[in-house]
Amino acid sequence: MTVHMKRHGESKRGDASDGREAVGGRLSRVDGPPKITGAAKYAVEQQLDGLAYAVLVESTIAAGKVRSIDTEAAESAPGVLRVLTPDNIPPLKTASDWLGTPPPDAPYYPLARDITFSGQHVAAVVAETFEQAVAAAALVKVSYDEAPAIVDLSDAKAGDGIPIDAMTKEWGDAEAAFAAAPVRICAAYNTPREYQAPMEPHGLIARWQGDQLTVWEPSQWLDGMARTYAEWFGVPFENVRLVSPYIGGGFGSKALALGHGAVAAIAARMLERPVRLVMTRPQTFTGYGGRAATRQTVTIGADAEGKIQSIVHRGVNETSIDGMWVEPLGSTTSIMYATPNFSSRQNVVRVNSVVPGAMRAPGENPSAFGIESAIDELAYEVGIDPLEIRLRNYAEEDPHAKKAWSTRQLREAYAVGAERFGWSKRSPQPRSMRDGNQLIGWGVAAGTYPVRRAYGEAMVRILADGSVEVESSSIDMGQGTYTILAQTAAETLGVPADNVVVKLGDSRFARAGVTGGSRLAGVMTGAVHKAASAALDELVALAISDPRSPFHALQANTLVVANGRIASPRGDGPEVSIAELLASVGRDRIEAKGDTMPANSTAEERYKNYTTIAMALPHTEGDYSRYSWCAHFIEVRVDEDFGTVRVSRVVSALDSGRLYNPKLAESQWKGGIIMGIGQALLEEGIVDRRHGRIVNNNLADYLVPTNADIPDIEVISVGIPDPHSSALGGKGVGELAIVGVAPAIANAVFHATGKRIRDLPITLEKLI
Amino acid sequence: MRDFSYLRASSVDAAQLASALPGAMLLAGGTTLVDLAKCGVAEPDTLVDITHLKGLDAITVDDRGATIGALAKMSGVADHADIKSRFPAVSEALWQAASAQIRNMATIGGNLMQRTRCPYFRDGENFPACNKRAPGSGCSAIGGVTRGHAVLGTSEACIATYPGDLAVALVAFDALVHLGDRQVAVDDFFLLPGATPEREHAIQPGEVITAISIPGTPAARRSTYLKVRDRQSYEFAAASAAVGIEFEADGRTIRDLRVALGGVATKPWRARGVEEALRGKVLEPDAVKRASLLAVEGAVDHGANHYKIELAPRVVARAILKLGETA
Ligand SMILES: Cc1cc2nc3c(=O)[nH]c(=O)nc-3n(C[C@H](O)[C@H](O)[C@H](O)COP(=O)(O)OP(=O)(O)OC[C@H]3O[C@@H](n4cnc5c(N)ncnc54)[C@H](O)[C@@H]3O)c2cc1C
Ligand code: SF4
Repeated sequence: MTVHMKRHGESKRGDASDGREAVGGRLSRVDGPPKITGAAKYAVEQQLDGLAYAVLVESTIAAGKVRSIDTEAAESAPGVLRVLTPDNIPPLKTASDWLGTPPPDAPYYPLARDITFSGQHVAAVVAETFEQAVAAAALVKVSYDEAPAIVDLSDAKAGDGIPIDAMTKEWGDAEAAFAAAPVRICAAYNTPREYQAPMEPHGLIARWQGDQLTVWEPSQWLDGMARTYAEWFGVPFENVRLVSPYIGGGFGSKALALGHGAVAAIAARMLERPVRLVMTRPQTFTGYGGRAATRQTVTIGADAEGKIQSIVHRGVNETSIDGMWVEPLGSTTSIMYATPNFSSRQNVVRVNSVVPGAMRAPGENPSAFGIESAIDELAYEVGIDPLEIRLRNYAEEDPHAKKAWSTRQLREAYAVGAERFGWSKRSPQPRSMRDGNQLIGWGVAAGTYPVRRAYGEAMVRILADGSVEVESSSIDMGQGTYTILAQTAAETLGVPADNVVVKLGDSRFARAGVTGGSRLAGVMTGAVHKAASAALDELVALAISDPRSPFHALQANTLVVANGRIASPRGDGPEVSIAELLASVGRDRIEAKGDTMPANSTAEERYKNYTTIAMALPHTEGDYSRYSWCAHFIEVRVDEDFGTVRVSRVVSALDSGRLYNPKLAESQWKGGIIMGIGQALLEEGIVDRRHGRIVNNNLADYLVPTNADIPDIEVISVGIPDPHSSALGGKGVGELAIVGVAPAIANAVFHATGKRIRDLPITLEKLI
Repeated sequence: MRDFSYLRASSVDAAQLASALPGAMLLAGGTTLVDLAKCGVAEPDTLVDITHLKGLDAITVDDRGATIGALAKMSGVADHADIKSRFPAVSEALWQAASAQIRNMATIGGNLMQRTRCPYFRDGENFPACNKRAPGSGCSAIGGVTRGHAVLGTSEACIATYPGDLAVALVAFDALVHLGDRQVAVDDFFLLPGATPEREHAIQPGEVITAISIPGTPAARRSTYLKVRDRQSYEFAAASAAVGIEFEADGRTIRDLRVALGGVATKPWRARGVEEALRGKVLEPDAVKRASLLAVEGAVDHGANHYKIELAPRVVARAILKLGETA
């Protein structure tokens, strides 16, 4: 998909409000206008001849076996082309996981006979129209042999779970130090199942032409998903093309090929027609996993001044009966504060649910709810200010990796945030600030997210008219890839940003790894910078050395390109546009594909880099530990009689290193904070414990914040360029800001009411 | 495919006739009906579209009261200047209901007829038992997730909450539902579930809501609707109260008081006990709070909805005291 800066961006006037278009300029998103005008075509909106429609049938029990599926009525319903069941679909091959671990040599059936959760795909109906498929799906009668289910973490049958040794982090003697500490706190913190709830539900169109498969599907990772489809169907990777022009929100849920995609691709192959399958909103709550429910115990031993002596942390998260999801609950716990003694361990518990998945800042987010609530409790226990206790325990280096931070502007974040918020005017006692019936509370909490790094690739073309084209199979789900890659190419090449056309979302383009873990901007600006530099070098070399070039006689060592025009550094000689130069040397384009892989990388390593996460560079590689940081200062108003909590003010100071486009980074931060407000106050998948089934599986009952719930949010960048984190100095943006919002709100609620809520969300009955 | 026929009613008479056909349902704004059809709860054989009927959207307000046509839009009534000034509780109930988009589509007639949000009622595939949807099948909610369920007016057969806001204000001010020539008091229009939760309204096949009328009273003029919920907007009430007061000439003694509750009962709930306890008394915070407890007399909880018993009286008290402040 192509987004033309020129046509949509009007970037010259108004948009780049700081007057800069290059990296660091505040350009508006170039994909904004097509989205707002409806011109943007999302994956499943493609019009294809002969399109058939598939609708899923899901299990209505949480555990047991499918005894039989009666498809007779559905098959004879009008327009029905095929009813797919576990008995009539061809088996696929099991695909490797996202680390590329070789899969077991076992068949994979995306329609299940063995039921391990309510809402599992058991059949699908394909018909000429969507309506016919919906109607016929209701006629499929599935009978089951039901077995007892483990419904959630508190189920008596759930047990303690499986220890995940890889999550254990220990130094010093935490238990002994805790026992000896003069001040001790210990509390349990719980977070419920939460759901990504993107505006655009999951779905796809699959089309086979011979053994070539094209999939139009919203995707956070075209190359990874193409690999999975290829492995499922036993076709070469090159035979699968993923197309994902725009993504209506992913939040982690659209990075992997999922069962419904396999069903659609099977149906397309069986029928030899393109097939479209879109999940209903209720199906999006069970068709793939949201954030796992978690439980943590945090114990802190400290001296009388609040200096931490020991942290003992135990965490548990839900996973499914046959899948494994580990939500790293000790991730923030182990790095936020300096402590001589530390122990964190984690178990996972199998329950009858869909396997949980990634949701904005998996691990760090619930982890921060534990430690950032606990440190607040410690502050009250010791009797010092919650901001002061954080400074007293400030980690000057990574306490776990024992390495220097690449950059850590957290102290600056505390200082700037506190100043803008007016923290010094806070009255320390709980329940000491009020306005009529409303108790007012101020809370603070910090957040962090590791800098995930990987190698990237990009294609940059300088075209005959002097315009520039950038191609990458990476994607833009609203975070601004189209825009910042144009800015990067523009800056590197010395052309105006609105002369750059960025094409993304097609796996035929230069390859890209996952858009997840807030890594894409750092990876791709580096790759585009590298490819554009190569193109520029070639352009300049041509201009210097081609006998037809107007610069040939100059015998210059180098030339400068600025604003699309080429000149000698001293300005003594000719000045021509890029288009004029290409015309004079008889070239219609300069093309450079660049990647940031080590020079001697093999084809196999390249494939692995783009289709798995196995080659991601550890954030503690080498001498440094690399993280983004933030501090949230939040005011809540709690109605004393009703227990209702409203967030009335947010000031957050954030360190994401250098910002490639501050306007877009600020929007992502605000989005993360808004999502954090939802997590703190509203979001919870509610399970009917008799049936092991989510009952609020729709957006009227699963509540996310409305505009009315969101106050003015002030975000302040305190980052400095971090050369150890990325080529251009940025750190992660997208996930950081949600981390710490929920504890900041819970801490503010305590300050307002004197009630410590350790179970999210903080709904009114918990305060009444 | 489930085929159904679609008729566009050209007159109220025609709509009445058509709605008497077996399996016929009236279609107004469609915001409840289409939603329930998608969940497989509403399965009309014939849809009778009444949105083209002329004159049914009129709003007239004079000293005797207001008459609001069944096809008036929620947003139009909420914004109507005379409704705002003479029936503030009605306007406030409407603009705090649903979302702006829904209010622009939804009609007053359809609003009265909206169905419960009980999740079990809406998901017959996973929860076959629901006496309201399938009489005699049982109640999936009892023993299940009950956070939103009713504490007042429940029966062994059904504990589903009446979710709407407008009707709470209407029941407080003795509004009438016009079913063509017949008129029914709003309080009688909504039925308790008893043993027949599938029967929610005193409306017969062949009847169409043509209008509602609300008597103009001093209490309606000094009225308010207070809605409490976790989300600031676009959520049904955890508890709500429609309250109106008329004071004696002294400006302190309560001559007339109207109190109705939403979000806590199986129908819009008139709290006459509170009204009686305070009528003739001087408005005073402690007395109001004490009397407000009578709002939940006889309440029965099902675990997770216990908070409603605590919350509802506080909402009532706040609303009454707020009106007192404006005296
Ligand atoms: C997500 C969501 C949130 C909502 N939140 C709220 C809320 O907070 N508060 C609130 O009060 N409401 C809320 N609602 C309900 C909303 O107000 C109703 O859906 C709406 O008022 C129905 O009006 P309609 O014209 O669209 O009715 P329709 O959907 O057209 O009809 C609803 C029913 O009424 C019948 N009907 C319609 N007109 C007549 C008539 N003239 N005579 C007899 N029968 C008739 C229909 O046959 C149908 O059974 C919400 C709805 C949704 C979907
Ligand atoms: S409470 Fe009423 S509507 Fe809900 S399941 Fe029970 S009978 Fe059905």
